Amino acid sequence: MDFKDTPEQAQFRKKCRDWLEKNAEYVDGTSKSDDFASKDRLKEAKAWQKKKYDAGWAMLHWPKEYGGIDASSMERIIWGNEESKFDVPKGIFEIGLGMCGPVMMEYASQEQKERYLPPMAEGKEIWCQLFSEPSAGSDVAGLRSKAVKDGDKWIINGQKVWTSGAHFSDYGILVVRHDPDLEKHKGMTFFFVDMKSPGIEVKPIKQITGGSSFNEVYFTDVEIPDSQRLGEIGDGWKVAITTLMNERLAVGDASGADVEDAFRWAKTQDDQGEPLLNNKAARESIADWYCEKSGLKNTKLRTMSALSKGGTPGPEASITKIVSAGKLQDIGNFGIDSLDMAGMLKTDDQDIKSFHNAWLGAPGLRIAGGTDEILRNIIAERVLGLPQDPRADKGVAFKDIPSGN
Amino acid sequence: MNLDFSDDQKFLQEEARKFLDKEGALSRSRSVLETDKNIDEELWNKIVDLGWTGIRIPEEFDGLGLGHLELCVIAEELGRFLAPVPFSSSVYLFTEAIVNYGNDEIKKSLLPKLVNGEIVGTMAITEGLYAPTEHNIKLSCNDGVLNGKKIAVPDAEVATHAIVVAKSNNGVSLQVVDLSSEGVSIEHQENIDESRGHFSITFNNVKSNAIGDESSGWEMYESIINQAAVLFSYEQIGGSQATLDMAINYAKERYAFGRPIGSYQAIKHKLADMYIALTLAKSNCYYAAWALSTNSADLPSASATARVSSTKAYQLCSKENIQTHGGNGFTWEYDCHMFYKRSKLLSLNIGSLSNWREKLVTSLEQSNIN
Repeated sequence: MDFKDTPEQAQFRKKCRDWLEKNAEYVDGTSKSDDFASKDRLKEAKAWQKKKYDAGWAMLHWPKEYGGIDASSMERIIWGNEESKFDVPKGIFEIGLGMCGPVMMEYASQEQKERYLPPMAEGKEIWCQLFSEPSAGSDVAGLRSKAVKDGDKWIINGQKVWTSGAHFSDYGILVVRHDPDLEKHKGMTFFFVDMKSPGIEVKPIKQITGGSSFNEVYFTDVEIPDSQRLGEIGDGWKVAITTLMNERLAVGDASGADVEDAFRWAKTQDDQGEPLLNNKAARESIADWYCEKSGLKNTKLRTMSALSKGGTPGPEASITKIVSAGKLQDIGNFGIDSLDMAGMLKTDDQDIKSFHNAWLGAPGLRIAGGTDEILRNIIAERVLGLPQDPRADKGVAFKDIPSGN
Repeated sequence: MNLDFSDDQKFLQEEARKFLDKEGALSRSRSVLETDKNIDEELWNKIVDLGWTGIRIPEEFDGLGLGHLELCVIAEELGRFLAPVPFSSSVYLFTEAIVNYGNDEIKKSLLPKLVNGEIVGTMAITEGLYAPTEHNIKLSCNDGVLNGKKIAVPDAEVATHAIVVAKSNNGVSLQVVDLSSEGVSIEHQENIDESRGHFSITFNNVKSNAIGDESSGWEMYESIINQAAVLFSYEQIGGSQATLDMAINYAKERYAFGRPIGSYQAIKHKLADMYIALTLAKSNCYYAAWALSTNSADLPSASATARVSSTKAYQLCSKENIQTHGGNGFTWEYDCHMFYKRSKLLSLNIGSLSNWREKLVTSLEQSNIN
């Protein structure tokens, strides 16, 4: 056991760090938030992505022809490690690069790949994912937006929801139902769509935090050329699964207030005349959060060890979001409650702000990218090998599935 | 980056698993539980023959001279099969204390016999119905003579020697005692996991030999249990894995309302939570094993982290395994209760969950994690 890089890995790490040091500042506690409601931050994010693209770091595991450097999984992890130490915009391109990119890579034509992948990697064009619908959340395959074929194009009608970044996206990947008479999973087809197409209307959704990072997207007689279909007619679910598997890898740690913040806070916060850190209940909570955080970190190190020996990442990646989002919610709650009655008040104090943000944001993280419950089902079925639930939606035409309406 | 065991260590683990399985270690545990025996002597002798008691003992004292990582993989397997042997008392506590703090004379006289099984050790710490601390140890040591009583000492009847935490003139000291000495009386104390007996030991003018500095016994004790906690944690994750496996198998085979109970989300989510707790604990154990094997400055926090998360994982897995088995899980006949009881034994032997959480936060204060 050791934590050393191989000589090749160390050399690669140095290369990453040298470039980052020349082009960015280390994180130092005054780092900017990634609130892309701010147009300036969006501009900065695009500029940073372009800089990375020009130097080959934007999508390093992609083939050279689309702007990558054919990097290995291990090299990609090393880059991620190093980049995370710097105060750079992040989050905005994850959906495009993490989910839309791989689908385009697998299903788009050669010409389309050459046209769309480089600007995606460069950050010039932003992509979003149009899957969820008002009646299709955890049960994504329950979607109802319609596609009707008309010559060499398709006419789309319906509504998507929870679409992160749709308000600043240029393109989107879209799965819709082309035949409700077929079985649920067989009647779907997959496309990519220009978000500026006539008939698309994007309406931001106000979240419990007061912010708006995702949207409702309405489709009224939107035309999509058949050439923008990804996969065969009726293969929509298969293509969507490719994307969702990538989503599970892209959705990682819930970031925000963590055990170090709770610890630092407890050292100075008053608890009936004593530091909160002397309170037994506070100490036990801190111990448990520290164990969770270390457990996730060490699980990642074990995954990396497997990767560096040529293995594939294990399903243990699926526990990260369940554990970290729950911890975030509890730590936010701990910080707010420690203020007693005054915990209600919004203040300029950075720690208090981070506890409020954690407490308000965590409910969303426990739902986005697979709810706690869906992730537990995935662990139970795919990791532990337990049987699927009996289902009322198998073997019948989609239109005959009970919907409660 | 290599947070993993070597191929040789994995091979050793595989061989240990096959051996304990072939020897029926789990059913031997049941038979110790159901009789007056406090150990399965035949299994213990075979373990001695395999050299496991000498893994960490240097070759000059007839041991194998291997590292802690080899001990970790063995511990995980012993935990998986609930082996009814005094391995944790004799190897993780007694032997490690002698290796770390014994002078040459003590090492020469004890270590070769720990390797060949002539000597079995344990550690006598607690005295009352409360957690022992540096300040409440009363058993006295005056000029190498012990007087007082220890309780809840695991494996004391099969042990030939013990390390006794004693109050000396200059503070707390660690004393090695030959348990066949005059003035020692050992009595069985009923406990909740009779597959590993617990005993009181009364010392009436018993001669002892100190190890290490006579005034820094408590520091040595803390250091010994910081190391031992990693090995206890490995036994705990071995047991957690065994109970999770039992629950999964039962959930697949048991039908209710026309389908396997494992197809109900109430069961799936329970088992997923067991898997999550075990995965976190196991990963923390890997890091602690690294810290132990390299004597890292991180050891106090790494071992406490492994200990807290393994204790939580084993408690969760062993209790929810009973729940998954329904009424069958509550019967003596099914093995579920044996794991439930062993999880309690392992979680208390070197101090409770609450104690280890406190140690963890104290170590964070010392290393100032922010």
